Amino acid sequence: MPTLTAAKKSPRLAARSGRPAPELIFGDLWEFDPAPESADPKLKARYELFIDGKFVAPKGGKYFDSINPANEQKLAEIALAGPADVDAAYAAARRAYDGGWGKMPGRERAKYLYRIARLLQDRAREFAVAETLDGGKPIKESRDFDVPMAAAHFFYHAGWADKLDYVAPGRKVAPLGVVGQVIPWNFPLLMCAWKLAPALAMGNTVVLKPAETTSITALKLAEIFQDAGLPPGVVNFVTGAGEVGAAVMNHATPAKIAFTGSTEVGKIIMRGLAGTDKKMTMELGGKAANIVFDDAPLDQAVEGIVNGIFFNQGHVCCAGSRLLVQESVAGKVLAKLKNRIRTLRVGDPLDKNTDIGAINSREQLDKITALVAAGVKEGGGMFQSPCTLPTKGFYFRPTLFSGVSMSSTVAREEIFGPVLSILTFRTVDEAIEKANNTAYGLSAGVWTDKGSRILKMSTELKAGVVWANTYNKFDPTSPFGGYKESGFGREGGRQGLLDYCKLV
Amino acid sequence: MPRLPITKTPKVYVGGAFIRSESARVFPLKDASGEFFANIPQCTRKDLRNAVEAAAKAGPGWAKRTAYNRGQILYRLGEMIEARAGEMADAITLGGATPAAAAREVAATVDRLIYYAGWTDKYEQVLGNVNPVAAPYFNFTVTEPMGIIGVIAPDASPLLALISLIAPAITSGNTVVALASTTQPYPAIVLGEMLATSDLPGGVVNLLTGFRKEMISTFATHTHLRAISAVVNAEERKALALGAADSVKRTHLLKAEEKHDWFADTAQSVYAIRDTLEFKTTWHPVGA
Repeated sequence: MPTLTAAKKSPRLAARSGRPAPELIFGDLWEFDPAPESADPKLKARYELFIDGKFVAPKGGKYFDSINPANEQKLAEIALAGPADVDAAYAAARRAYDGGWGKMPGRERAKYLYRIARLLQDRAREFAVAETLDGGKPIKESRDFDVPMAAAHFFYHAGWADKLDYVAPGRKVAPLGVVGQVIPWNFPLLMCAWKLAPALAMGNTVVLKPAETTSITALKLAEIFQDAGLPPGVVNFVTGAGEVGAAVMNHATPAKIAFTGSTEVGKIIMRGLAGTDKKMTMELGGKAANIVFDDAPLDQAVEGIVNGIFFNQGHVCCAGSRLLVQESVAGKVLAKLKNRIRTLRVGDPLDKNTDIGAINSREQLDKITALVAAGVKEGGGMFQSPCTLPTKGFYFRPTLFSGVSMSSTVAREEIFGPVLSILTFRTVDEAIEKANNTAYGLSAGVWTDKGSRILKMSTELKAGVVWANTYNKFDPTSPFGGYKESGFGREGGRQGLLDYCKLV
Repeated sequence: MPRLPITKTPKVYVGGAFIRSESARVFPLKDASGEFFANIPQCTRKDLRNAVEAAAKAGPGWAKRTAYNRGQILYRLGEMIEARAGEMADAITLGGATPAAAAREVAATVDRLIYYAGWTDKYEQVLGNVNPVAAPYFNFTVTEPMGIIGVIAPDASPLLALISLIAPAITSGNTVVALASTTQPYPAIVLGEMLATSDLPGGVVNLLTGFRKEMISTFATHTHLRAISAVVNAEERKALALGAADSVKRTHLLKAEEKHDWFADTAQSVYAIRDTLEFKTTWHPVGA
């Protein structure tokens, strides 16, 4: 007959009594054979501006290099737009709007957008490789998320173009005219789609500036616009850095500007537009709380935490960068997280096994490094994955900060990198208080088994998107956008469309 | 000997109480014939900050009221104004309106409140929705009030315009700090007295009187004001937009130099409610 003493010898009980259960550690224990994605990205050596349906050289004759952040090698030259080029782009957009895009029957506009979606799906792998080369994100993300989601945005909004009477019940809607847009470098093609699809479906024409480190997929998308027969001037791309963005935002022509980027730059744009009649949409920064209650399925939650902060190297405005764990399970969650991030494969973004790719630019790497140094200086307990990093290119280890206080730099500032700050709470009210104690309000995550608690949290959290028992999910039908200093306006869904029209 | 009437000391309605300006300043209000009528509180930036504090206290409770309850309270406010329509019309004629025009403005004001009273439990069904995402998630978008809304009312239609700016904001559970017309502040004084008997919790609507130029910068920069609905001139629009940038505040600025027909059906809309709402989208997995 089994006795208590005998039972203690069972390995399962032994683990419970203090000795750690054996964990499978992948990390660098085993060499993985390289599994590079080898599709041809079909890059040009030089990318011109896309104005009035044609690729044109910048009037100033200047170009800048776009490099691959994974190895710092030059990928292509990108045209540097000057004020005259921005003028030309807006003139083309104006002509295209007046010339018929705005008045075209919605069902016809829809067909162009459908074509764009289909042509993008045709060339999905090529675009995924180009996106990964230019921006540093893992191929599995550009292949499985960025490119298909971009196509989905065009497809979804295409169908709205002839159903605009249903966007604003009780009222008719009309396009605004010409729209100016500036997008960030974290999801270059996807942000392009988020901005263009609703604007075009509504009948607006666009001048858009991609981010200077990631212009290539926008200009490849311009090739698709040509193949789709999109009328000249409906979409115009001007490339360059901040001063080109300022020229796009502050130009007299657009009736509306839409910006996705940092809160700091968003405020500058708002000041620049003060006193004008321009409409605005701002998708700005975030410092999202990802809240784990003690009744949550912890293994699932750990996967969600990892996805929340390490997706796209943490270059995500809605990243779950502040982990709030209920005190009673904090130790367990931290132990599981430490184990889990050791298994994350950091390296060549083109490798299909890579979980975390390259940091987008040296500038961003320096920013992350400085903020992490501040976190260490302020006494946060830092844990970094011991993984080996490539010798060339911009990489940063997955990083955790435990025992972080609400006032510390890494808990307040948007790091935009693979750095997670871990805080604890005891009660539901404390979790809400801590989660909302930020100037931002873009997103939040809640992990619990209790349905009523999810709805309570979702009601109380001041954030535009709440993920319950999941994180970083997106869809063209699902409005995305922030509260407070995370901006205003929504992208996606019926709500997003309304930000690109006027009520008549 | 004829009886000397008791005149009323105008006070502003803030946090459910009738107060003078903390500055103890007043400005004289004359009637249509140019005779002295009363002293009106000349509120300050400090009064505005105090009013924001009162609105912040009232906000969570008001937002948590059921939509049905908010609707009944707005309806009750309509009842209170209707019952004292003559007194309110007199307050409007003080600014030179004919009795008929004043009566028409009061009637339109009551109708506007009834219009928004009916929206409290319906706008969500018009503006929010379930989203058919391409993955196994239940995904829905609901609205939430933004919080505290700053209102700056025009001089024309001093009561109707003021209510047309306030009502859509409080319909959804926002609270309001409003600056009434400078040239015709008296209807706002009387409105405060009707708000006080309307079941509307104190602090939900806070009415200030005084001069725009003294308060506009605080309206612009006060971080706790999450949006501004105002009818303002070009210079004021720029000042408000500049200040709003500091805290990414939402602004809905109508041009004072343009004519607005506050009586028109287009002056009331579910989209005016939408202007002071945030949209929140929640994802939840569908599974066993």
